[in-house]
Amino acid sequence: MRLLDVLGFATTALLRHRLRTVLTLLGVAIGVMAVVALTALGEGARRYVVDQFASLGTNLLIVLPGKTETTGGLPGFGGAPNDLTLEDAEALRRGVPGVRRLAPVALGNETVSAGERRRQVPVLGTTAELAAMRRLQVRFGRFLPAGDLGRGAPVAVLGAKLAGELFPHESALGRVVRIGGWRMRVIGVMEARGTQLGMNMDEVAYVPVASCMRMFNRTSLFRIVLQVGAAAELDAAKRRAVAILTERHGEEDVTCITQDAVLNTLSGILGALTLALAGIAAISLAVAGVGIMNVMLVSVAERQHEVGLLKALGARRRQILVVFLAEAVLIALAGAGAGLAGGWGLVAAAQPLVGALHLAPPPWASAAAASVAAVVGVVFGVLPAVRATRLDPVAALHGR
Amino acid sequence: MIRLEAISRTFVVGTEPVHALRGLSEHVRPGEYVAIMGPSGSGKSTLLHIIGCLDRPTAGVYRLDGETVSELDETALTAIRREKIGFVFQSYHLVGRLDAAGNVELPMVFAGVPRGERRSRAAAALEGVGMAGRTRHRPHQLSGGERQRVAIARATVMRPAILLADEPTGNLDSAAGQQVMAVLRRMNAEGLTLVVVTHDPDVAREAERVVVLKDGRVGRRLTGSELPASGSGK
Repeated sequence: MRLLDVLGFATTALLRHRLRTVLTLLGVAIGVMAVVALTALGEGARRYVVDQFASLGTNLLIVLPGKTETTGGLPGFGGAPNDLTLEDAEALRRGVPGVRRLAPVALGNETVSAGERRRQVPVLGTTAELAAMRRLQVRFGRFLPAGDLGRGAPVAVLGAKLAGELFPHESALGRVVRIGGWRMRVIGVMEARGTQLGMNMDEVAYVPVASCMRMFNRTSLFRIVLQVGAAAELDAAKRRAVAILTERHGEEDVTCITQDAVLNTLSGILGALTLALAGIAAISLAVAGVGIMNVMLVSVAERQHEVGLLKALGARRRQILVVFLAEAVLIALAGAGAGLAGGWGLVAAAQPLVGALHLAPPPWASAAAASVAAVVGVVFGVLPAVRATRLDPVAALHGR
Repeated sequence: MIRLEAISRTFVVGTEPVHALRGLSEHVRPGEYVAIMGPSGSGKSTLLHIIGCLDRPTAGVYRLDGETVSELDETALTAIRREKIGFVFQSYHLVGRLDAAGNVELPMVFAGVPRGERRSRAAAALEGVGMAGRTRHRPHQLSGGERQRVAIARATVMRPAILLADEPTGNLDSAAGQQVMAVLRRMNAEGLTLVVVTHDPDVAREAERVVVLKDGRVGRRLTGSELPASGSGK
């Protein structure tokens, strides 16, 4: 008996009960669809986080004031951490091996105004090198001037949205804005960038770090960002940075984060989450399998005469097994096909609703869901098919 | 060809043993036309099932073409059913979702006959039973007599040596029944061995031999012409 004949015979049987077949197939389709949609969501979330981090730049070492790890001391004692200063930044640039770029970062919130228009925005004080490290692109003019660590020129660079809001009808370049009580000349406008780590970079005003510290009367930096040449150098750089600052401050009162470590951990967690979602969705496939078994048992019972006839015509046991098994597998495969189409369709339809999250159904999940569906068809189809082969031909022919 | 020696078949219904056949012996020669008659419960159908390898005797020896069938396993019996025996049933047992040609092709599908050959052989078999014009009709579009002729085409398309018919005219009016019997008679004339279980004396009268069963044994052996005329009992 040829495969095509088996499929043809099974198909005629399935088409005889279209509604029943479609409903059973729907169970499988929903399971496969759930796998596709949920893994698309999980994978989308993972990629979103990974992209967010990658867009911040690679091989970065971030130094924060204060120790986030518990040291065993009583909380509140040990006092406030020492300031993280521009001198510390200079010391790190000199002392940490393999440093390619370094930028101190100060941060505050202030009203930025141009004529009657005013906006309350984050003001980020830094130096020229931050743009390269964080992959920030300048659209008009230029970024903050190089070599301006201590001086603090009265210049500002505006985020794309901020520039558009303050100067809706003209170029911001060369105009003067007020930041708090300070007059700053706009020397650059950034490309639109969107949100980075919860901060909308398009609304930020960048100023030289010294200007920012004076503006907000700060003695401590928000953080210092270092970039080394290769990921392999990160650990050594981290140890050296902590050692330098510990020596300068007389105690270990800074925290060093390497971005890649955070990224890898998050990516791993979200990957595992996606897998778990796939697993949960796959449970519904097992439920669908029970549906297939149920329908096939009914089908075998209804078609006793046919089984008896096939035996009288000289059909082998194995052929009868294969014919009924093929029906179960066809239901499963058709369901998987419908589920894949439905899942990918659902993802495409939902994409505009979730915006920044790029829904990406991972191919492995579609392949796995379809394979599991096929296996479910076989596993749950075997029992009814075996039952058909065991029918006594005489009894089956007479419907006993 | 068919040689039955002291065949017994006992069913267990509940706890009671039921003796359908009790030491029956019979011999059918190639090309014979044998009718099996007898009252309900006399074992006619059981005998036909055993001859057709759908059932096995509890005791006794069944030889078919010199082969001791009663010792064969299920696989070998399946092969015999496929290659040597054709079945025709009272209720036709056509597969409703397949058209006439599809039903006739069915045994060839399971025997692995290639599609093209199947088509032509099915068409020829249907032509042979006078159904050439209705090959695309589904069973529910056919009359009883037409259905039975399709069933005969299906039973003979594998060119078996023996055709077993269980009340082939039982559900038909006399005109349709005569058409069906004419087909069977012609096939017998062409060399097909024919064993027909029937209640109908008109059918049995056409047979060369009539075996009348009673309580699982052969009650009487007659020739067809010895049967009483139509209407006078079974």
